[in-house]
Amino acid sequence: MSAATATARPLVEHFEAGLQAPICLTWELTYACNLACVHCLSSSGRRDPRELTTAECKAVIDELRRMQVFYVNIGGGEPTVRRDFWELVDYATANDVGVKFSTNGSRITPQIARRLAASDYVDVQISIDGATADVNDAVRGPGSYATALRAMERLAEAGFRGFKISVVVTRRNAGQLDDFKALADRFDAQLRVTRLRPSGRGADSWEELHPTARQQRDVYAWLLEHGEEVLTGDSFFHLSALGDPLPGLNLCGAGRVVCLIDPVGDVYACPFVIHDEFLAGNVRDPGGFTEVWRSSDLFASLREPDSPGACASCGSYDACQGGCMASKFFVGLELDDPDPECVKGAAEPLLAAIAAGGATVPASTVDHSRPGVPVPSPVRLRPTRR
Amino acid sequence: MPPVVDLDAPVLDLDREWRLDPRVALRPEAFGALAYHYGTRRLSFLKSRLLADILATLGDHPTARDACAAAGVTAGELPRYARALTTLADTGMIVEGAGR
Repeated sequence: MSAATATARPLVEHFEAGLQAPICLTWELTYACNLACVHCLSSSGRRDPRELTTAECKAVIDELRRMQVFYVNIGGGEPTVRRDFWELVDYATANDVGVKFSTNGSRITPQIARRLAASDYVDVQISIDGATADVNDAVRGPGSYATALRAMERLAEAGFRGFKISVVVTRRNAGQLDDFKALADRFDAQLRVTRLRPSGRGADSWEELHPTARQQRDVYAWLLEHGEEVLTGDSFFHLSALGDPLPGLNLCGAGRVVCLIDPVGDVYACPFVIHDEFLAGNVRDPGGFTEVWRSSDLFASLREPDSPGACASCGSYDACQGGCMASKFFVGLELDDPDPECVKGAAEPLLAAIAAGGATVPASTVDHSRPGVPVPSPVRLRPTRR
Repeated sequence: MPPVVDLDAPVLDLDREWRLDPRVALRPEAFGALAYHYGTRRLSFLKSRLLADILATLGDHPTARDACAAAGVTAGELPRYARALTTLADTGMIVEGAGR
């Protein structure tokens, strides 16, 4: 993103107050998935029978065109398992709604790769969570590294330049950032690294997978060095409290410039808060998505100025803005508490109190995990949370 | 934060014909507009309504200078808008040539 400047009022104030339409809209087309990643933010696995139909999806695209949402980030689940996936992609791009879709790569055949390479309006993001098969497969399941690499090879062979390789930074792969960058360079692709959140099944693996304080400092230093060449979804702004701000928007965009449409049409404040507490409405409601975006009570409240709460006395609040709402919520913190990964350690006493039984940790209200699918990692599941 | 404007840096030729790249769409917002280039997938923030107006009508005028004047840019403000247009030309958002 870039800014052509002619006046002085900070853009960030406009973002906080919300825009006419989202800048970064994630649309998860299905909860069905052929993988069962331990940190899946949407607890995907089984298709939901209430999934939006083809016609309903097209009506949403019509709305996005009218609202001038220039592009959507399509995900899931594994979005390509929908039978009408390519029909919807074609419909979106024909209506000036560009598409970037996230995939585990399992359906990127040589033919599909050639087709994708031929389109300006479609971008592809291959998910991988280890630069080596052992690190990746422990989180994403056996064989998933080879599948992702094969998809990357096919895209590169088809001449698709600049596709995205998307990595969630964990305790296991935080030391592999240079290797991920080399992998992206090898395919003439662009690396995207984002922050792990305790959302969906991520809540169960958070304790084992979230980066250590030492790793966070290393990731911050790496991002400062490589920030302009690497996409981050502006997701590491809590690390800006370590010093110079990271490139990008240092702000929680939930309900302001960001939101999620889930497979059944529910609209949440961001992709990491699939929970009733952050449900703004449904695209099937009268007035559709437009009405939800512009008039829902939840989004109106998220567009109010933030209260710094427990962070008010910290000199770094301007830099980190108190961190990530979703990360706080799903570990049982209040929304005006410090981020659980606060670089000053301000959340430690609160987290200790929660672990000692001092607060209820909210479980996700939406779970499409397939029963009986073994969790493909040595990660220990937490005892049942209330 | 007011931008630091280097008045000596080269700017685009205001006396030539410029237009929005046909692959660029503008979305009006309270602060000005969003400009999105479908080809490069680049999103730019036009942080003034006046600048957004200039862009929306750039192709209707024989020169960029005319487009700025028609939008209400004063002689004193012109260097700032020339700089903003230069940034947009550098990133491919606007291109030289007739838009009419």
